[in-house]
Amino acid sequence: MTINRRDFLKASGAAAGVAAVGSLSGCASMGGNATPKVVVVGAGFGGSTFAKYLKTWYPKAIVTVIEPNAHFTSCPFSNTVLAGINKMDDIELPYAYVSKMVDAWVKDTVTSIDTKKQTVTTAGGKTFAYDKLVLAGGVELLFDKVQGYDAEAQKTIKHAWKAGRDQTGALRKQLEAMPDGGTFVMSVPKAPYRCPPGPYERACMVASYFKKAKPKSKIIILDGNPDIASKKGLFVAAWTKHFGYGTDNSMIEFRPNNQPRSVDANKMMVGTEFDDVKGDVINLVPPMRAAAITGLAGVRTGNDGTWCPISYQTFESTVVKNVHILGDSALTNFPKSGSVANNTGKMCAYAMSEMFAGRKPDPAPVVTNTCYSGTGMGTAFHVATVFRWNEEKKAMVPPKDANGVSKEESELEMAYMHSWATNVWSDTLALPASYKFTAQG
Amino acid sequence: MKKSLAVTLLLAGAFGAAASAHADPRARFMAANCSYCHGPEGKSTGAIPSLAGLEVKYFVDQMKAFKDGSRPATVMKKHANGYTDAEYEAMAKYFAAIK
Repeated sequence: MTINRRDFLKASGAAAGVAAVGSLSGCASMGGNATPKVVVVGAGFGGSTFAKYLKTWYPKAIVTVIEPNAHFTSCPFSNTVLAGINKMDDIELPYAYVSKMVDAWVKDTVTSIDTKKQTVTTAGGKTFAYDKLVLAGGVELLFDKVQGYDAEAQKTIKHAWKAGRDQTGALRKQLEAMPDGGTFVMSVPKAPYRCPPGPYERACMVASYFKKAKPKSKIIILDGNPDIASKKGLFVAAWTKHFGYGTDNSMIEFRPNNQPRSVDANKMMVGTEFDDVKGDVINLVPPMRAAAITGLAGVRTGNDGTWCPISYQTFESTVVKNVHILGDSALTNFPKSGSVANNTGKMCAYAMSEMFAGRKPDPAPVVTNTCYSGTGMGTAFHVATVFRWNEEKKAMVPPKDANGVSKEESELEMAYMHSWATNVWSDTLALPASYKFTAQG
Repeated sequence: MKKSLAVTLLLAGAFGAAASAHADPRARFMAANCSYCHGPEGKSTGAIPSLAGLEVKYFVDQMKAFKDGSRPATVMKKHANGYTDAEYEAMAKYFAAIK
């Protein structure tokens, strides 16, 4: 990745004489000539989308993106890798395009944030000053909430809840190596967690692979929630239709209120409150909270210090000025989906571009979520919601009948799910219209 | 070399579109909200229809048809129920202006 440090330093120097963007009122006096320094930490669906749209809507902003990974790996569609429908290559996409749109792209990890001096420091020893800081780090997985889930156990037990070769790719290899008649044990953390329908889709995808390749195998879902947490009717229908759910011969066994408490990677055993469950392959998704960088900034103050309270108008932290939080890390009533992360990136870019231009941010934003899940059997279904600011309730509320799910799974929605993926990837990463996607639906 | 040319064209496209979109910022934002399914600037890469270049009346009529159920839909009835007629119009104008 080209950092173009010289240009960046030049740009920083040019901006140094400009008054810091201290507050909303400070912004309002800037009159559209401001060249504010905006530092974005994390280039997932939220951060990358934000950076692209801010540069499009307010090109004078000097945008630096700090991201440790060399390329983007999509969590949506990563379950298709477990099914064997796609390979890791197919869900890995380049930062080459979006990185050219911003002023500096830094491949590094943020190690400290000083919200008084308004600086960010990286593991590589660089310090960046900001007028606005945007934290888009997704989630932090809390391995220490599961006894025995230490670094050694993590070599064997995968979460695959942050897609990557050492997670999704490794779990796929474990599934391939599992003998027919084996048991795959997977877990669902207590809500709220990233991608509410994701675990149930995962069960479908792995079952579709077993049905073809290892039909005597079983899937046990240990769910920390009292029931299926998303699209329940649709998942139960899909499990019933394709995988014998509800019969003595069901490939999938669903166990609600079974939060994993411990794991033993040698005995290949997961402990819940009720019993010990043995698996040939174990896929344990630990509890999670807002990304570690939000802890560094002191903005992870909501829900007993797990998520970050924000203003829906600006996505600015309600506790620390000039720090904005996108996507999964934010404490909202939105589902923690890729679609929402992408759109919160735009909500924040919209508000910030308005403030930089000397205007007030939109007091009543509207935003949508559309989230598809695949069955692994050539069909998919959705949940879709429009959220609008409700001044009386001081909340983002769906208008009447602006929230709902598919009537039934369909091949048409599988085609839409695939199109959603290539479109949201294009939108997030500024991929050109000619980009050749290889992922299959 | 091929890549950098593609990037240059892309940037020209992105900024060109932004410049042409003199639509009010709220309309621009609402339209951008469609792009995660319908493609950047309403130009879809797959089975979901593109919105770029649709005539204003056609766009508004479709949204009304999704809302009253006269056009069958998968996700669009929910989305149509979430916006006002004036917002349909604002988004329609934005997409109609995209070449």
